[in-house]
Amino acid sequence: MSLQLKDLYDGFRDPDAIKALAKIIAEDAKKLKEPLNIMEVCGGHTHTIMKYGLKQLLPENIDFIHGPGCPVCIMPKERIDNATQLANIEGAILCTLGDMIRVPGSESSLANERAKGRDIRSLYSPMDVISIAKENPDKKVIFFAIGFETTTPMTAAVILKAKNEGIENLFFHINHVLVPPPMHTLMEDGEANIGAFIGPSHVSVITGSKIYEPFPKLYGTPVVVSGFEPVDVMHGISMIVKQKIEGRAEVEVEYKRSVSREGNLVAQKMIDEVMEVREHFRWRGIGDIPKSGLKLRDEYAKVDAEKVFAEYLSSEPIDDHKLCICGTILKGLAKPYECKVFGKACTPNTPLGSCMVSSEGACNAYYRFGGVEN
Amino acid sequence: MKQVQLSHGGGGEEMNRLIHDLFYKSFDNDILSSAEDAAVLKPKGAVAFTTDSFTVSPIFFNGGDIGKLAVAGTVNDLAMMGAKPLWLSSAFMIEEGLPFEELEQIVQSMAKELKKSGAKVVCGDTKVVPKGSVDKIFINTSGIGEVLVGGISAHNLEVGDTIIVSRDIGRHGATIMMEREGIDLESDLKSDCETLWPAVEALIEAKVKIKAMRDATRGGLAAVLNEWAEASNICIEVEEESLPVCDEVRGICEMLGFEPYDLANEGTFILAVDSADKEVALEVLGKYSFCANAAVIGSVTEKRLGKVILQSSWGSSRFLELPKGELLPRIC
Repeated sequence: MSLQLKDLYDGFRDPDAIKALAKIIAEDAKKLKEPLNIMEVCGGHTHTIMKYGLKQLLPENIDFIHGPGCPVCIMPKERIDNATQLANIEGAILCTLGDMIRVPGSESSLANERAKGRDIRSLYSPMDVISIAKENPDKKVIFFAIGFETTTPMTAAVILKAKNEGIENLFFHINHVLVPPPMHTLMEDGEANIGAFIGPSHVSVITGSKIYEPFPKLYGTPVVVSGFEPVDVMHGISMIVKQKIEGRAEVEVEYKRSVSREGNLVAQKMIDEVMEVREHFRWRGIGDIPKSGLKLRDEYAKVDAEKVFAEYLSSEPIDDHKLCICGTILKGLAKPYECKVFGKACTPNTPLGSCMVSSEGACNAYYRFGGVEN
Repeated sequence: MKQVQLSHGGGGEEMNRLIHDLFYKSFDNDILSSAEDAAVLKPKGAVAFTTDSFTVSPIFFNGGDIGKLAVAGTVNDLAMMGAKPLWLSSAFMIEEGLPFEELEQIVQSMAKELKKSGAKVVCGDTKVVPKGSVDKIFINTSGIGEVLVGGISAHNLEVGDTIIVSRDIGRHGATIMMEREGIDLESDLKSDCETLWPAVEALIEAKVKIKAMRDATRGGLAAVLNEWAEASNICIEVEEESLPVCDEVRGICEMLGFEPYDLANEGTFILAVDSADKEVALEVLGKYSFCANAAVIGSVTEKRLGKVILQSSWGSSRFLELPKGELLPRIC
């Protein structure tokens, strides 16, 4: 019998399993010496927690801090402006992934530019840019690449394929970022009272669980790499609570179905072949973090949109609205509903700050799913 | 291959032939064939009147085409007001170069769909525009129906009412999405595109007390329930587990990041009925193949006025919001 799509999620939303895990967590949590704040680094986890109402199943001494792991939300406005600037180059076709289309920059968004007649395409697979470039040999096809370690291998694969096939009208604007650096920033900053991390499984499928090994060592903070289904997240939380009450701080993997310590070495090699770590990347809501992003290696300068189209691109930092408290929310010092503009001036259609931008942002998830219990 | 040319919309002989050989023949009825400047109608009492434009891409999809959609869409809007569909107008905007065969196929599919409700196309218009001015073909239909039962309104929901959905949700949106993205599934997912009047007529005949009724087109189930909650200033609580969704639709939603309750339907409607009538309603619906999965999905309460609450089967709850942002353009 072939694998059905539903086999991939059916058991992981099982009400009995979720209830049983909630019971175990509630029992164990009684033994916690102090309240436990768990940061789910990835926006996908924030989405799961809010969509499935998991916070409602947890005892009062366990809370979530919603981390900076949504690739669209962490893009500073000047980089979003870069996308609209690239789309306005004569003869350009700008290609990018879903949510980027409607994210507002300082003056416009890709959706606005598309309405004005610019050729902007939203893709499900980055590989599509190869056929778009072949079908439009007289156009400059620019792939605006975003995402964490999960999407980087696909961009790398496209770059290598374009090179092998000798495609010359395809360019890449790289905005790939790394998960661990902002985690270090938040821990070193110390203001955020983070007791443990849930690490995203898809990142570790590529990178392995080893990228989190410094966290227990440096800060005594447990990290559990967990899947995205509700049973996975609840299981991950129960593993964290167990570590806490047993006085352990380790990297553990809940998502054993495809995460190893070393990760996908082929993918890692591909990324390493075309990209290297950037000196600095400015994170929306957090600020400049050294060595937190990737850029193309010099050998790929000919297809690097940041170099080829430098004259069209601005780089002056643009800050969020001064009433926006995304930075504070990302540090776990405030909840979205504590922000003055939340749900009023700042909504998913008119986001003022990073956390409202995409469906994986904390404010967006609270806006869409939250509030029943309040 | 014969193609539609600008001359077919020019008002001359070619257009005359197109109208007689295709439209009059397919939509065959006395009012249309009398070929006057306007149709003269004699309604008996209160009428419902509606209009809709159809721009779906691709024009042929699994489970239907733009023609079937153009008839079912307008007929369904009348049915949702408890009105028996009687007369339709049909206006075609055709891009020069459309294969004649495709136009024929679309018109025949309209004729076939009209038979299900007994409605007639009694007036129409044809324009042919230069290549690139429209994409293949756009159709506008307006419809008039005779109101058989009054008092069906989004403002009528009351605490205690039962909410019923006529079948599994999300098929049309998922089908169009799949065809556009070129996703090949092993299964045969079809649009739910269908004329709903026979089932609605049976509900009326069975004297089911219908408070509100709406087909869940663009915006899906989520849009209908939110509109009702706001219009009637009540709360609708939905059991997530009770929402009928087929495996294919759920799978596509998982892959592409959509929710079944946000996806468009073209032959699925939501009913609010007096709770005493819910069994009768389900029994009536169950007789129609296009309502085979009809189910009670929730009820009207006072918990949070103006809101829709989705209850999970593990005891948590959240608001079901209106879908936001860029959904699928040109889905109908």
